[in-house]
Amino acid sequence: MALGTGCTARPGRSRENRTGSWRTFRPEFAHDKCTACGMCRQVCPEGCIGEDEEGLPVPDYNYCKGCGLCAEECPAEAIEMKKEEK
Amino acid sequence: MMEIMEGSHAVAHAVKQCRPQVIAAYPITPQTHIVESLADMVANCELDAEYITVESEFSALSACLGASAAGSRVYSATTSQGLALMFEVCFNCAGMRLPVLMSIVNRALGAPLSIWNDQQDSISLRDSGWLQLYAEDNQEATDLHYLAYRVIEDHRVLLPAFVCFDGYILSHTYEPIDTLTQEQVDSYLPPFKPYQRLDSTDPISFGLFASPDYYMEFRYDTDRALKGAAGVISAAGKEFGELFGRDYQDLVEGYRLDDADCAIVAMGSLCGTVKDAIDEMRDEGRKVGLLKIRCFRPFPAREVRKALAGVSRVAVLDKNVSLGAKGAVALEVRDALYGEQIPVLGYIIALGGRDVRKKDIRQVVEMAEAGKGDLFYGLREEVLQ
Amino acid sequence: MNGESCGLFEYGHRACAGCAAALAARTILDAAGKETIVVSSTGCMEVFSTPYPETAWKVPWIHSLFENNSAVASGIEAALKKQGRKEKVIAIGGDGATFDIGMLCLSGAFERGHDFTYVCYDNEAYMNTGIQRSGATPYSASTTTSPAGRCSIGNPLPKKDLPAILAAHGAPYVATASIAYLPDLKKKVERAMQTKGPCYVQVHAPCCTGWGFEGEKTMAIGKLAIETGLWVNFEMEDGKVTRVKKVVRKPVEEYLGEQRRFRHLFRPKKNEAEIAKIQAIADRNAERFGIDIKLKK
Repeated sequence: MALGTGCTARPGRSRENRTGSWRTFRPEFAHDKCTACGMCRQVCPEGCIGEDEEGLPVPDYNYCKGCGLCAEECPAEAIEMKKEEK
Repeated sequence: MMEIMEGSHAVAHAVKQCRPQVIAAYPITPQTHIVESLADMVANCELDAEYITVESEFSALSACLGASAAGSRVYSATTSQGLALMFEVCFNCAGMRLPVLMSIVNRALGAPLSIWNDQQDSISLRDSGWLQLYAEDNQEATDLHYLAYRVIEDHRVLLPAFVCFDGYILSHTYEPIDTLTQEQVDSYLPPFKPYQRLDSTDPISFGLFASPDYYMEFRYDTDRALKGAAGVISAAGKEFGELFGRDYQDLVEGYRLDDADCAIVAMGSLCGTVKDAIDEMRDEGRKVGLLKIRCFRPFPAREVRKALAGVSRVAVLDKNVSLGAKGAVALEVRDALYGEQIPVLGYIIALGGRDVRKKDIRQVVEMAEAGKGDLFYGLREEVLQ
Repeated sequence: MNGESCGLFEYGHRACAGCAAALAARTILDAAGKETIVVSSTGCMEVFSTPYPETAWKVPWIHSLFENNSAVASGIEAALKKQGRKEKVIAIGGDGATFDIGMLCLSGAFERGHDFTYVCYDNEAYMNTGIQRSGATPYSASTTTSPAGRCSIGNPLPKKDLPAILAAHGAPYVATASIAYLPDLKKKVERAMQTKGPCYVQVHAPCCTGWGFEGEKTMAIGKLAIETGLWVNFEMEDGKVTRVKKVVRKPVEEYLGEQRRFRHLFRPKKNEAEIAKIQAIADRNAERFGIDIKLKK
């Protein structure tokens, strides 16, 4: 790839770094308890929680660092941090 | 049209004609007449620019950096302490490949504090990646601004530039200037078309950090662009000559150098005094010539070597000193002549505004002929006691 | 998901897990929208988002130096004005860049009244270089250049009141916010960007790595800071405080005890005298801003 003159880059390049590999714990989403309030999507520092047609959370585990903020802040306690088996 | 103008006003007038969109400058002696002149033009609707009265030189160049990245033609001017304060931002502008133009009204660096002329300020930033052009007189100072904008905005260059002219000696002196019309300037200098800019319709991130895996390649790329600027300067300088009658295609200029025995090398207003002294010495049958360096960065090593090929000795006048070593120009000239058996002698001269007369030039030539060099010229022994 | 992050801040950035600054960046960009030019100072947010050739920014973004984002933003604002463009300019810096080394440029930009927003993500130390003390470090916090020790209680100096300083420059809108209350933060950034002139939003950004707590507690710690009165969320318009977040106050110990940077106040034994000094700071904040909810007996 050509050198970005003046040390520049176009949007999207950070996706090359899959930070999901950092994880020790992984958030599991219990959709039956979820109220689709959107809190987890708001508080995720990675912005890697998407939503389906019903507004239920769809995480992208390629980028989830397992920080646990979503689980901590979920008002319905619908997210549990589970140790990931590698 | 011929007009008698103060150097600073001639430069301000030229800058106005180049239609900068953003000017950010901080006043510092002896640059003040330029920035005051420009402010006056803006206040009287003669110049349609955003004029930012910044709180320091550091902010001045930072604001120019931002405005240039956003796609505007920018201008600033400074000297000495102000330029030193901009040190960090200078490296930034070059590394980010932003075509910022700055007039440097050369002045000595403190300590001790001095408001008088020498070339230490711009010379001390020779590593920064900025083009450096030096003017011998106010006509050249004026013309080099048009030329510099044209060169730095070329997509093959995209680097910032210093246009240097000696403080007080040129900035505050009235000389006849052959001014261009606005139409003439517009025909030579088209509107700025940035290679890339901050734009929400095409977002780019500027100024990423580079790990050891990438840093060297960026530095090489910038060095390559600066060296390549030499060709762009020549072409633009030649076109200037064809359009307006004053040719600037040569990065160096010889004066009575062809059959010279002793060559003097100098930059800036000193060249005028040297030429007068040479004329006197030539009348006495002494074969002395001048190699004037107009472009110091990129350093025209090949041109210097070619121009000095036939001389017996070279006397380099340095209005600066790399403390602990030698004068910067002498070191580079010596390097350019590496392998040739031509002695290169350096003379630190005229620091802090000390006057140089024709008799001083004659004395330098005598010293060079006696093989005496690499010294501070004209020290007042009684002060040193 | 459609192969990219939600919002204008891309994933794949290198912030610590649970990073408040990353959360702040996402929220600020949500408030700002696409037609924004961001000017970052050197610091955590810049470093974790832009290691060449990666960038997490989906809007136009520029980084120059540590201390000059306000000056660079001034130049951009002037250029946009000259070019007749409508994009907004937002300068973002950590507390190091804002309170200390960047004061010159910040003061100049605000004094000249440029139309831009400055957001400071305040994690109360120079985090990116290894948790050193800044002008925003609160009293008694232990940092690597103001460490607690046998003859030191940590940082002996008070936190600089930067919102008041910028309000004194004539800023039309100055606000403090926190990642603990994201909709409030978003509203304040929106307000700042819609207000003509230089506006300032200072965002409390508890740093799990630097302060010493688990990443998942980032928002909980932020809430405790506000509930104890050590951080006050307020808005100032033309120099006058117009809105304040009121709380039923908790004792400062509940906040201090959760963080490694204040551990020396509890171990080897509780330093009642120092904790009392910090309580006094909270009490003064409460009185100055009127944050206490008076419960009816």
